[in-house]
Amino acid sequence: MSKLTMSKAINEGLRKCLETDPKTVIMGEDVGKLGGVFRVTDGLQKDFGEDRVIDTPLAESGIMGTAIGLALRGYRPIVEIQFDGFVYPAFDQIVTQLAKMHARALGHVKMPVTVRIPYAGGIGAVEHHSESHEAYFAHTAGLRVVTPSNPDDAYWMLRQSVESDDPVIFLEPKARYWDKAEISAAPVLDLHAAKVVRPGTDLTLLAYGPMVKTCLEAAAVAEQDGHRIEVVDLRSLSPVDFATLAESVKRTGRAVVVHEAPVFMGMGAELAARLTEQCFYHLEAPILRVGGYFAPYPPSRVEEQFLPDLDRVLDAVDRALAF
Amino acid sequence: MTVKSTSRARKKAAPGVPDSARTGQDAPAELVQLLTPEGDRVENPEFPLTVSPEELRALYRDLVLVRRFDGEATALQRQGELGLWASLLGQEAAQVGSGRAMREGDYAFPTYREHGVAWCRGVDPLNLLGMFRGVNHGGWDPNEKNFHLYTIVIGSQTLHATGYAMGITKDGAEDAVIAYFGDGASSQGDVNEAFTFASVYNAPVVFFCQNNQWAISEPTVNQTKIPLYRRASGFGFPGVRVDGNDVLACLAVTRWALDRARNGGGPVLIEAFTYRMGAHTTSDDPTRYRSAEETEAWKAKDPIARLRAHLEKEGLADEEFFAAVDTESEALGLRVREGVRSMPDPDPTLIFDHVYAEPHALVEEERAEYVAYAQSFEGGE
Repeated sequence: MSKLTMSKAINEGLRKCLETDPKTVIMGEDVGKLGGVFRVTDGLQKDFGEDRVIDTPLAESGIMGTAIGLALRGYRPIVEIQFDGFVYPAFDQIVTQLAKMHARALGHVKMPVTVRIPYAGGIGAVEHHSESHEAYFAHTAGLRVVTPSNPDDAYWMLRQSVESDDPVIFLEPKARYWDKAEISAAPVLDLHAAKVVRPGTDLTLLAYGPMVKTCLEAAAVAEQDGHRIEVVDLRSLSPVDFATLAESVKRTGRAVVVHEAPVFMGMGAELAARLTEQCFYHLEAPILRVGGYFAPYPPSRVEEQFLPDLDRVLDAVDRALAF
Repeated sequence: MTVKSTSRARKKAAPGVPDSARTGQDAPAELVQLLTPEGDRVENPEFPLTVSPEELRALYRDLVLVRRFDGEATALQRQGELGLWASLLGQEAAQVGSGRAMREGDYAFPTYREHGVAWCRGVDPLNLLGMFRGVNHGGWDPNEKNFHLYTIVIGSQTLHATGYAMGITKDGAEDAVIAYFGDGASSQGDVNEAFTFASVYNAPVVFFCQNNQWAISEPTVNQTKIPLYRRASGFGFPGVRVDGNDVLACLAVTRWALDRARNGGGPVLIEAFTYRMGAHTTSDDPTRYRSAEETEAWKAKDPIARLRAHLEKEGLADEEFFAAVDTESEALGLRVREGVRSMPDPDPTLIFDHVYAEPHALVEEERAEYVAYAQSFEGGE
């Protein structure tokens, strides 16, 4: 496959799903004729019809609840929530119904539902269009939560998510929709495997989704100062591939977690706690966290100050190295 | 449903006001009725029903056995065998009538009170008791009898029913779905979204609302200013109010609605006008919010008494039949009692079973941790 943007890669992934499994259906607001507000579903309704690519009423709980019903009937719905901040009306159906159905039915029914959500900030959007709510979903047993950081992962992780018999929250970093990359001919990793995306020896940067690129840039800058920083892309937030993470942190002895979501009670808290337990005698410094502040996502003119950037990541790197 | 009623609603719900005024609802003339409380058959040209003596006796048997099972469960809760029970007392006709209207391929999405529908679908009553005893959260295979798991979050299942019905349309199948809910649930966003989706996609789903007048302590007037069945017209499909204590009317109207849905007619809202004779659940105390006179008035409309009166008046069943049903009822009570008492507690590792369909590293890690921890106590103090 030639070089594709992330949005096009997801589009191609969706196309492949619709082609290979007649039980897949896409549901969401404006996913049909318009092709989605980010054009991720562009052209799919034209090629697969209104029965497979469904423009739904504007009711997120309704979309989620009927997707659950379709799954009970043997379908494999791929739901699009238009923006991160619009998922909350569907949150009840996701948490009380979707996540628990398989367990409460003692395995008699499966919930192969993929919920695609463009998330995180950095695109100068209005309120409710830039949120990082991954911790809510990762905190809920019964859901799988993944987030690609690049077009190749976006394509293959989407395919793997749709093939999963469990519900998957598929978080798309909207600021990276326009990044371009080559798509592999076959998936290299399991859906839930983390990946060392830049090897190093002095410190491990742990990131996912939109912050992987930021961390790679930070590592490149740090190298000019003589620091060899390793970057690990988590890819999956539930389950987390702790084996890969711990192996890296034991080797480097230092770790900094970076995410856009507020630091307080974020993914970083869980990562720091578990990795401290697993790597205690290898650590040269406490595991530090860089993230959003404990405040509502700010107006876009000041979002640069809210989001972790190169300088804030490097500041944390310096503090960790100084221990 | 713990929302406080507004002062305005409280004023309207003053005790002593007749039901029709309380609920802001119109004269009972709107009610589809085929069997009067006195046990006399009446005809309704819109909903004709031909029913054989044998079918009438079968319905009577259903009603009696369902009530017996329900009563047994309430007793078992009082004896500490169940943690909770949500009784259907008074609603047997609404459930048996609608349940018997279904065909084998149809699918029911219940609340947590549809024990009578479960009975009609052939679900073993003991399966229903597992969740109230606390040994599982339901756990039966919904596809075995086309009876979905009980849903406790109010109204959620109406969307599942609608989605399932949308799938039936996609499959080109000739089945239909019933979504059960109550007067309280009619206020939920999910129920209104289900109406919207069902209408827009013309889904073969029948919305069966048992208006039992009370959402725990809140009268229907706290949910609506118009009769509930009229809500349907705003969504673009028919609404019918049926005497929920009349098993024949419930059967005829539900059969009509299911056939209509099956033939591409789209959704119907049925409001079964009935009464919750018992408490909301065994944890509830209805004397705090409703009068004994009200309950007494509804007792006169009892669904079982009227069918028995009809069978006796018309000479369609003899003493031998009634005695046989009573014997069967005793046997069911005994089976349920013994079945619940001997129901084993699950192995604690059930906690980790089925959280996911495919392996999940954290769940497996915690299962292993738990097992090792539990084993560390074995043979030691």
